[in-house]
Amino acid sequence: MAFIRVTSPHAHIATTTGDVMRWVILATIPGLVALSHFFGWGTIINIVIASVTALACEALVLFLRGRPVLFYLKDCSALVTAILLGLALPPYAPWWIVFIGTASAIILAKQLYGGLGYNPFNPAMVGYVILLISFPVEMTRWAIPETLIADGESLPSLISALQAVFIGNTTGIDGFTGATPLDLFKSQQGLLVEQITSENSIFSLASFSGVGWEWVNISFLLGGLFLLYKRAFTWHAPVSMLAALAIMATLFYDGGSSDSGGSVLLHLFSGGTMLGAFFIITDPVSSATSNKGRMIYGASIGILIYIIRIWGNYPDAIAFAVLLMNFAAPFIDYYTLPRTYGHTKSERATRSRDQ
Amino acid sequence: MTQPTSKPMLIKTYNIPGGIHPPENKVQSMQLPLGEIAIPNELVFPLNQHIGTPADPIVNVGDTVLAGEKIAEAVGGLSVPVHASTSGTISAIEDRVLPHTAGITGPCIVLTSDGQHKTIAYTEVKDYHSLQPSQLIEKIRDAGIAGLGGAGFPTAIKLNPSGGIEGQNTINTLILNGTECEPYITADDRLMQDYADDVVAGAELLAFILGSPQRVVIGIEDNKPNAIKAIQTAAQGSSVEVSVFPTKYPSGGEKQLIQILTGQEVASGTIPASLGIVVQNVGTAMAAYRAVRYGEPLTWRITTCVGEALHTQRNIKVLLGTPVQHMLSENGFNATQASRLIMGGPMMGFALPNTDVPIVKTTNCIIAPSQSEMPEPPPAQACIRCGLCAEACPASLLPQQLYWYAKAEEYERLQNHNLFDCIECGACSYVCPSAIPLVQYYRAAKGVIRYQEQEKIKSDHARQRFEFRKLRIERAEQEKEEKRQARKQAAEKAKRLAAEKKAAAAASGEADASKNTAQDAGADPVAAAIAKMQAKAQDPAAEKAKLERAVSSAQSRFEKLESRFIDAEEDQREKLEAQLKQAEVRLKDAKKNLSHFLEAQILETQIESTKPEKPKSPEKADSETNKLKPADEKSLDAAAAAIERAKAKSEAMASMSQEDKLKTQLASLEARVQKAREKLQKAEAEGSEHISAFRTGLEKMETKLATTQKELETLKESN
Repeated sequence: MAFIRVTSPHAHIATTTGDVMRWVILATIPGLVALSHFFGWGTIINIVIASVTALACEALVLFLRGRPVLFYLKDCSALVTAILLGLALPPYAPWWIVFIGTASAIILAKQLYGGLGYNPFNPAMVGYVILLISFPVEMTRWAIPETLIADGESLPSLISALQAVFIGNTTGIDGFTGATPLDLFKSQQGLLVEQITSENSIFSLASFSGVGWEWVNISFLLGGLFLLYKRAFTWHAPVSMLAALAIMATLFYDGGSSDSGGSVLLHLFSGGTMLGAFFIITDPVSSATSNKGRMIYGASIGILIYIIRIWGNYPDAIAFAVLLMNFAAPFIDYYTLPRTYGHTKSERATRSRDQ
Repeated sequence: MTQPTSKPMLIKTYNIPGGIHPPENKVQSMQLPLGEIAIPNELVFPLNQHIGTPADPIVNVGDTVLAGEKIAEAVGGLSVPVHASTSGTISAIEDRVLPHTAGITGPCIVLTSDGQHKTIAYTEVKDYHSLQPSQLIEKIRDAGIAGLGGAGFPTAIKLNPSGGIEGQNTINTLILNGTECEPYITADDRLMQDYADDVVAGAELLAFILGSPQRVVIGIEDNKPNAIKAIQTAAQGSSVEVSVFPTKYPSGGEKQLIQILTGQEVASGTIPASLGIVVQNVGTAMAAYRAVRYGEPLTWRITTCVGEALHTQRNIKVLLGTPVQHMLSENGFNATQASRLIMGGPMMGFALPNTDVPIVKTTNCIIAPSQSEMPEPPPAQACIRCGLCAEACPASLLPQQLYWYAKAEEYERLQNHNLFDCIECGACSYVCPSAIPLVQYYRAAKGVIRYQEQEKIKSDHARQRFEFRKLRIERAEQEKEEKRQARKQAAEKAKRLAAEKKAAAAASGEADASKNTAQDAGADPVAAAIAKMQAKAQDPAAEKAKLERAVSSAQSRFEKLESRFIDAEEDQREKLEAQLKQAEVRLKDAKKNLSHFLEAQILETQIESTKPEKPKSPEKADSETNKLKPADEKSLDAAAAAIERAKAKSEAMASMSQEDKLKTQLASLEARVQKAREKLQKAEAEGSEHISAFRTGLEKMETKLATTQKELETLKESN
């Protein structure tokens, strides 16, 4: 009798790409919980809108491209993009902001390039930057953390949150918007670090960074450690990014003078630092490919983040730094081939063979 | 782990990058002792169970043979003979499906067993130290031993790393590979437990042959405690080290094992012998020992028979040539349960097309997995460049980039990413979460690149030929131009002289004027001819020699082509005929040039001799040249005769009896094969990168040779 002919290897590990994506989704839960704890329903609403939009857009484009829709939807990659974007967007952002951002991420940044695996840029960050440039007002209106809400008030209810998001009736949430720690620090440049931290409750009430934000970042760090443990990615990119950021912050701390760029802990534990380090720059598709390359890639992002935060126009800079380095990733790849067994040195991918 | 030796052996081992830990699945087949199965009714012996030239049958259909009797002889250096594994009658010599990745067919000797298993008498050697290493190597080769670990490289060649050149590749380390890192396979584990003494004795024998290297080490993964214990006990008191290292796939790869045991890397494109290292499988070492000590040729091996589609999973001492079907049915095979059939391990083994293929020298395992054990591979998803493959790669390649470039057919990039250092271990495909058949892409890309390289060599040759031709034409043009210039100058000079003469004549008298004009008209071409001759024959002797050389070279080319034309195969005739015709034309040209030259020279001497007189008329010169014609024609006749001869020969070939023709062809083929073989050996000795090209060439020729021989035999028989 005849048997099927399959090429070796015949054994295969059980983990699938879908599994890896689901781990990533699972790993965002601590961060999501922290965000919801400090800022209310906003982030969850973001994620729901983004997820529905992402799946719909992905299904539509797959259908138009004549690809098996369910097979690709099941890899959960669209869902990951949606969740990451939902986490990054300000809570209580109008629904159309989330919709436009997600649709651009999936259709423009991902599917138009050929879908999963072919996108040169991180889709969530493309969506984020499109929104940040197009709708700066909506994109910089962050909620204030629960700790700082005036006595007798509490976080907006689900109803008023939904009203704000879908009807634009912001009366229920108007009292809850405020500057993020990085915003505040940037707007008060010129003061001594000590002055800034003592005069603003968002710093003075915090343990080491900014109220709420420090816990959000710690939660994302935990999620990231889980993914490291699951070997969803290697340590190279996140560790070098955080190290580079920390080194930059140390170098330009300047003893807390009025020229200071802020403390190392402020930079590591506020804004999107940990979300970026473990969930954004670890996107393997758009990053450098070798371990050495990923270290260069991560470190460059860390340096860029600091430069944009301190000397640029935006208080946080993960998205720009990541997109800039996405451009550079293939270039880094050419020069960071590992040394192959039996070769004395690593060589360049671009060397010519015409001898 | 208990150490049976009095002093604990602490041997430093090194880690290799990458690697994976797939489920070992080695327990199933180690529950039962080494089994034996009934002798099958029919055994099939492929002539090429090793890397290299297929062996040549030395038996005929209908011959009766005994177990251990040689039935096919090695052909050339890179080859080993084949022996009957039981007694019986040769029932056929024909093409059968081979145990090969591609499921191809190839020449096999088919033996119908008589069930008696009568054995020929073996010559024992009590003390091999009394023999020369070269004699031992010959014994090992004659026993048909090729690497039993899976590659099937002729053992005798590996045991002669110097290639006969004194001082080259001196061996300092002999490694016996008892790693067996592939899941499921336990054949070597079983062998090391049941034949530990033979394995250690084999190690000592191979060390003796290799000139007693400083280090003789048997490397075993730590998942085989019983084998380790057995080997350690057997090695007690000998100089053989036993090195144990952590289990990780693919530690058993030759390059990986060398790295683990010595910390050294075999440089890309070289062989381990260049580091002074030889690696042999433990089974090979045992077979070599038994071949020398007991005179036993390689007629059986231990093969693991495993998988959930089998009732009994165990190791079997199996006669080579046993059809897989027989082995499976002896172990309760349920074909409907099997998802596929694998020869070798799950990582690098290949799927068998059916159960008719035989067990060969390299068959260490047959897996008959159930559907749940090895389900059909899921459809590949998109590569997300997660890099798990790069983490798993033992050669530190970037499999994700290789995949990318293989898909895009960017072959230069693939080579820049060192595609050819990929050992196809399958670790990358194993870990790939998108279930991409990465190794398959690499194999395909390697094939394309190899093909392109062959094509490039061909086109390079063509280009060289073309450039050479262009150069030649240019040079000829230049020479012509120079001559033209010389002629022009000479003509001008002659004109000037004539003008002077004319002036003188005008002075001497008007009456002669008309006469002189008439003379001038006749003199001018003659003067030009003289100038031409002068320009041409600055040094007449050298010119003559040059032309003669041209004639002789054209002649020799013509003759060479002629002989090739006669020997050539049908399909090449047409091409050669065109070349032959061209050569003929060239020869004619060369001869014509020479005769023109000679004729001109004669003319010149005549002119010289008649200088005081009036120059001869052109007609006269012409008649002089006419005298030369017969000789000239004679030489042309020779060319024609040569062609005639060639034609006659080829016609004779055609009219020759089929047998004679085949014989002639055979002789020429044999000469060519011999040459190719020498080249291959040289290439191997030098570790040249063209080995594979030589090998394929050689194989092709040998196949042709075999076919011709067969044809001849059939013809003889029919006569």
